[in-house]
Amino acid sequence: MTETMHSEVAHRADERAPAPLLSVRDIRKTYGSYVGCTDVSFDLYPGEVMGIVGESGSGKSTLLNCLAGHLAPDRGEVLFDTRAEGPRDTVTMSEPERRMLSRTDWAFVHQNPRDGLRMGVSAGGNVGERLMAVGARNYGAIRESATDWLGRVEIADTRIDDRPSAFSGGMQQRLQIARNLVTGPRLVFMDEPTGGLDVSVQARLLDLMRGLVREMGLSAIIVTHDLAVVRLLAHRLMVMKSGHVVEAGLTDQVLDDPQHAYTQLLVSSVLQV
Amino acid sequence: MIRIENVSKSFALHNQGGAVIEVMTGATLAVAPGECVALTGNSGAGKSTLMRMIYGNYLTASGSIRIGDIDVASAAPREILELRRTTLGYVSQFLRVVPRVATLEVVAEPLLAVGTDREAALARARDLLTRLNIPETLWGLSPTTFSGGEQQRVNIARGFAHTYPAMLLDEPTASLDATNRDTVLTLIEEAKGRCAAIIGIFHDAPARDRVADREVDVSAYTPARAA
Repeated sequence: MTETMHSEVAHRADERAPAPLLSVRDIRKTYGSYVGCTDVSFDLYPGEVMGIVGESGSGKSTLLNCLAGHLAPDRGEVLFDTRAEGPRDTVTMSEPERRMLSRTDWAFVHQNPRDGLRMGVSAGGNVGERLMAVGARNYGAIRESATDWLGRVEIADTRIDDRPSAFSGGMQQRLQIARNLVTGPRLVFMDEPTGGLDVSVQARLLDLMRGLVREMGLSAIIVTHDLAVVRLLAHRLMVMKSGHVVEAGLTDQVLDDPQHAYTQLLVSSVLQV
Repeated sequence: MIRIENVSKSFALHNQGGAVIEVMTGATLAVAPGECVALTGNSGAGKSTLMRMIYGNYLTASGSIRIGDIDVASAAPREILELRRTTLGYVSQFLRVVPRVATLEVVAEPLLAVGTDREAALARARDLLTRLNIPETLWGLSPTTFSGGEQQRVNIARGFAHTYPAMLLDEPTASLDATNRDTVLTLIEEAKGRCAAIIGIFHDAPARDRVADREVDVSAYTPARAA
């Protein structure tokens, strides 16, 4: 089956369009009789940022965790275009392979930075640790790389030896992003990355992420309930309700000309400032 | 360059009693390279709606909207993104940017997005900001704090940074003083000179007369409303 999928993608690549980085096919995840998410399919191309919005309980986090390999879906395929072997189904690959992917080509930014950081290790250590996990051994090079990344996320190099517990929430979130991006991943999963941050810090983080997407050609999937965040950051948008994708399309089109009743309600419920 | 055929549009308001409002039917027009077509018609006739459909911001119910060889009405989101990046520019009436990004970067961004060398992109941005009389002291600041007129000029500079082969201009001269208005009209003439196909909405009649080759009255495509 992998064979046929491989040739199909290769065939499409011939027609000048690049192959999708991630192909999601018919994902379903249930909790007993409760449907977490179902019938989700989409393609994500290199350099694309996709937003997933919906109210709490709509299945967006369940979906994200299925895509990132944190949860095993009941059904469906998540084909990732690996560097070495082309598209592979990450649902059926072995645990060590999946762990390797999540250390190299994937990154996961948690809503709560404490879930993505090691709180007892210095800021520099948090960034360096991920480098060492992929085989970096030269202390000087690791520290240099860590300093560089702390600079990119606007954390002063004088703070490199401080622990994240001494950082503000916004700084912790930026440190989590640095830790995730230092290995040059190609796909970043983000779960409410700006949730719980005050608006000025949020703006800074948005600017940072947009720059990184453009400069590094990253693809990202961002789960959020903040429509302003997706408008500025996401190229495409998926709207979820009760585990189903009710609408998908270009972000500005979905927000400005929503077709589904739920999306219309969602868009019209936003407070104007 | 732009070919619109038999385009229709309706809005279904699910949360307001399921009302369906027909806003456009049978819209047809074509714009050649180097030509500027002005959309006219009363407020509410659908000028902006048509423009948003051409940009892919509104979905098209039926008909086709061809820009080069892409049909916006049926294209995948990825194709529309690529079209917007390389081929189709849009100067709206409002500036929408990430807070905290410097004006110079905001203006240079469309060029960086098509892979223009950073120095060349910034040079072009400086040139446009100078021509539109945005004082150099403001270039390093975010335009979100600027006055309405300054924001509009930044928006125009951004819209004209990359030389798109097709452009949509929504009231580009509204609320500008005489000097800046003249600069914007000159930018439009330059775009026509390099064979861009342009569709514009101009309430300012003398401006329209200066740059537009033809006018298309959109009210011809507005369905009669049951009173």
